[in-house]
Amino acid sequence: MAREPELAARQAHRAEIRSRWLLSAPALIIIFVAAVGPLFVMLAYSVMVRGDYGDVRFGEFSSEGWFNVFFQRDIFDDTITYADAHLSIFWRSIRLSLITTVSTLILGFPTAYFIATRPRHTREVWVFLITIPFWTNLLIRTFAMQEVIRNEGVVNTLLQALGVIDQPIQILYTDWAILFGMVYVYLPLMVLPLYASMERLDFRLVEAGYDLYAGRFAVLRRIILPLVKPGLVAGSILVFIPSLGAYVTPRVLGGGKNMMLGNLIELQFGAGRNWPLGAALSITLMVIVMVALLFYVRNASRSGATGHG
Amino acid sequence: MARYFDVKRQTGFATIAIVTFVLLYLPIAILVIYAFNEGESLANWEGFSLRWFVAAANNDAVKQAAWRSLVIAAFAATFATIAATMAALATTRTRRYRGLTFKYAMINQPLMVPEIVTAVALLIVFSQVKVWTGYSGLGYLILAHTAFCIPFAYLPVRARLENMDLALESAAADLYATPWKTFRRITLPLLQPGIVAGFMLAFVISLDDVVITEFVKSGGQDTLPTYMLGQLRRVITPEVNAIATLFLALSVLIVTAFFFINRQKA
Amino acid sequence: MPEPLRVNERRVAVEARNISKVFGTGEHALRALDDVSVGIAENEFFTLLGPSGCGKTTLLRLIAGFEFPTSGAILLGGEDIATLPPYKRPVNTVFQSYALFPHLTVAQNVSFGLEMLGKPRGEIEARVAEMLKLMRMEQLANRRTDQISGGQAQRVALARALAPAPKVLLLDEPLSALDYKLRKEMQLELKRMQAETGITFIFVTHDQEEALTMSDRVAVMSAGKILQVGSPRDIYDRPAERFVADFIGETNYLAGTVQGVDGGRAEVLLKTGGRISASYSEGMTPSGEVTLVVRPEHARAVEGAADLSGAVEDIVYFGTDTHIHTRLDDGSAFTVRQQNSRNAVLPFARGDRIGIVVGDDAAQVLRD
Ligand SMILES: Nc1ncnc2c1ncn2[C@@H]1O[C@H](COP(=O)(O)OP(=O)(O)OP(=O)(O)O)[C@@H](O)[C@H]1O
Ligand SMILES: [Mg+2]
Repeated sequence: MAREPELAARQAHRAEIRSRWLLSAPALIIIFVAAVGPLFVMLAYSVMVRGDYGDVRFGEFSSEGWFNVFFQRDIFDDTITYADAHLSIFWRSIRLSLITTVSTLILGFPTAYFIATRPRHTREVWVFLITIPFWTNLLIRTFAMQEVIRNEGVVNTLLQALGVIDQPIQILYTDWAILFGMVYVYLPLMVLPLYASMERLDFRLVEAGYDLYAGRFAVLRRIILPLVKPGLVAGSILVFIPSLGAYVTPRVLGGGKNMMLGNLIELQFGAGRNWPLGAALSITLMVIVMVALLFYVRNASRSGATGHG
Repeated sequence: MARYFDVKRQTGFATIAIVTFVLLYLPIAILVIYAFNEGESLANWEGFSLRWFVAAANNDAVKQAAWRSLVIAAFAATFATIAATMAALATTRTRRYRGLTFKYAMINQPLMVPEIVTAVALLIVFSQVKVWTGYSGLGYLILAHTAFCIPFAYLPVRARLENMDLALESAAADLYATPWKTFRRITLPLLQPGIVAGFMLAFVISLDDVVITEFVKSGGQDTLPTYMLGQLRRVITPEVNAIATLFLALSVLIVTAFFFINRQKA
Repeated sequence: MPEPLRVNERRVAVEARNISKVFGTGEHALRALDDVSVGIAENEFFTLLGPSGCGKTTLLRLIAGFEFPTSGAILLGGEDIATLPPYKRPVNTVFQSYALFPHLTVAQNVSFGLEMLGKPRGEIEARVAEMLKLMRMEQLANRRTDQISGGQAQRVALARALAPAPKVLLLDEPLSALDYKLRKEMQLELKRMQAETGITFIFVTHDQEEALTMSDRVAVMSAGKILQVGSPRDIYDRPAERFVADFIGETNYLAGTVQGVDGGRAEVLLKTGGRISASYSEGMTPSGEVTLVVRPEHARAVEGAADLSGAVEDIVYFGTDTHIHTRLDDGSAFTVRQQNSRNAVLPFARGDRIGIVVGDDAAQVLRD
């Protein structure tokens, strides 16, 4: 009789775990079918022989897809060289994403700080003003940027009217355009996490800093910056990752020539008709993103371990 | 005039912040203004007119795309919210159990993979499935949208659940409510703001999607964003601005509603 | 049929029989309750008193049905209910955080349990009105529960738990969130409520004063065990163990050796010299070296020789009384608490040697 309650408890526990699996089943199945599973299929595609009109030849395996990510074979003499075109797109994607991240940080940090130091009731309004662009369509915002930097757009018209230039500067369809566009569309992603950590900033610590003879810059660098580091890392990751995989912005603002990884991938599934290569490129992109995320997780757990005083 | 020392001040920060806000809103403002341009061009202002709104409203392709967007968003957001709410109930307020980390990772997976990667992976799978089944309806889009909406719907429901006082459900059980009645009468009503917020987030996210839709859709299945993406390749008239403006208004409306619902519960 | 269990000639409402509760497994296992047995009589105001983490809440949760015991049985009116879910137990709880449903009004909160029991509409309404009247909260019936004060929330929680007329009411530190004045008021209110309804109250607190003033009986708990159960007087005047003596009030300890036992009293030869007679609790036979406890106010400081003698180390004035800290001849400390009066001045000062009279029946032998 003494064991009876324990048995009941164990049964109840097991029933609870079972119902928890049942409850999460729909979400898990949907995500498996329409997000995770296809990634595995894609992995398989990356090691198959390309079909003549796109697709692959099932069951025929080849390392050509992966080979083509980094190398190219000359059609005539079979010499192997680096796939410069791909590598330069990789490099451009990474470079543009890094510059985007730093730029959003330069604009976003003071902005988040500004919002966090407003009186409580007006703060909400400022946050709201950041949230609106965050939730409005990325394509529309890219399109808006296009209108601004076009040769006949506001920037050029204004500069011409002021006599600074007499020919419009070609911004659209350059790397600058992609950069402006990405900074513009991803800026809220930097401000929001930064603000979240600054809002919790205890300004008595700042006062303590001034009390101990720190100047404004010293307070910023030695007190504020370390305390909001989690937000800073989160914001950087949130900007860097979508920048790296950006597709719409470079397509609209970069034109056909200035491709980023996203566009290179698309090309393989469209005109390029090289699905194995496209799959291999996608997986490469995903791996870079995973590395960035891992860096974030390590950083987050470390700053979590040091804790808040 | 002497200025008192302000602890919170950092030199130049306010200026940069104002510049940032101007930069954020200026392009959108210009886009909206030119939607009301009388002329065909996006360069010269030729007077105020609503003609492009009228043109957009009479454009069957636009109307169909808009309707399709709404249908997909409504289905995807509904399915995602139901699945996410169930998942949130299954993954919160519990001791760690085997598989919990796996569930978190699965539910948040769509947030961690670049959209273009998911998009081409779905293209690969669905193009094959379309061949096998012969079905090429909106189901694929709804399924794909549901998947990437789940983490967004999950977030507010989970937050709400984690802030909910566990004692409330204990209290209901103590007052003779069976588990089902406790759920119906206590848990669900308390969860409602989170569910509404989750639905709205999912709806907006689905409505805004370009990349996955672009790769999953079959011929003639343009949504408003993919329709606009197609238009941007051509000579653009202010009609695109008009469509974008309407779209923008809808988003702002939903976000504002979301903002106020969220504020109410706090 | 076995005779129903009785406590002090009253029928037992709740009984815990050899209850153990272990949380976790392996090296993380934590024994929150360790072989606890206790019977609580019908219509009793019973208090669980103990330091934080001693298992008070756990015992309540076992009785309410939110946890299952690892072993042992919980009996309600003689029936084992250990495996019954909470919603099938005629037991209601007043939660420490009140746990009022924030989306329901005051009246809806109070009627919740009755609705769940499927009571007819009319009966529910009448009962809710009655409860609100009892709590003097009729005007607040339609308020949302986040628009009432802490004291009012407390009363709603009480009304809600009492409305279904449970056999037993469990109260987990219901007053700890209230300020001092409101707490005093609610203590009286609770006593009144208990007397009027005749429901068994099991009350948890770690405030010793609250326990002593409100309860019919008190159980002192420590580290998952019940150390002593008795009336407040018993617990205070005759603590059975050092922990109980320490936890409630202030205490002096005297070391000594038992010389003989006679008629419920032990003759003890003190280490400081001198003999006193001390009581001891039922079921023990003191012998050999023992420790005695004497409450500070049960001793008196006098000039000249007495039961004990020592040097005054400090005299601290407290308004109503004065504490005289002394060092006895064997080096142990002893404190005497003496009432003040307007004109009486203590006839000694720091450093003086004094005698200490231990009153009749003031010393108690501790179980070791
Ligand atoms: N669900 C649980 N899982 C693991 N350990 C628990 C759980 N509930 C209680 N404990 C542990 O059991 C012990 C007794 O806890 P309990 O809450 O009963 O103490 P308490 O006497 O009510 O204390 P307090 O006065 O602080 O409320 C504590 O050490 C606690 O940490
Ligand atoms: Mg407790």
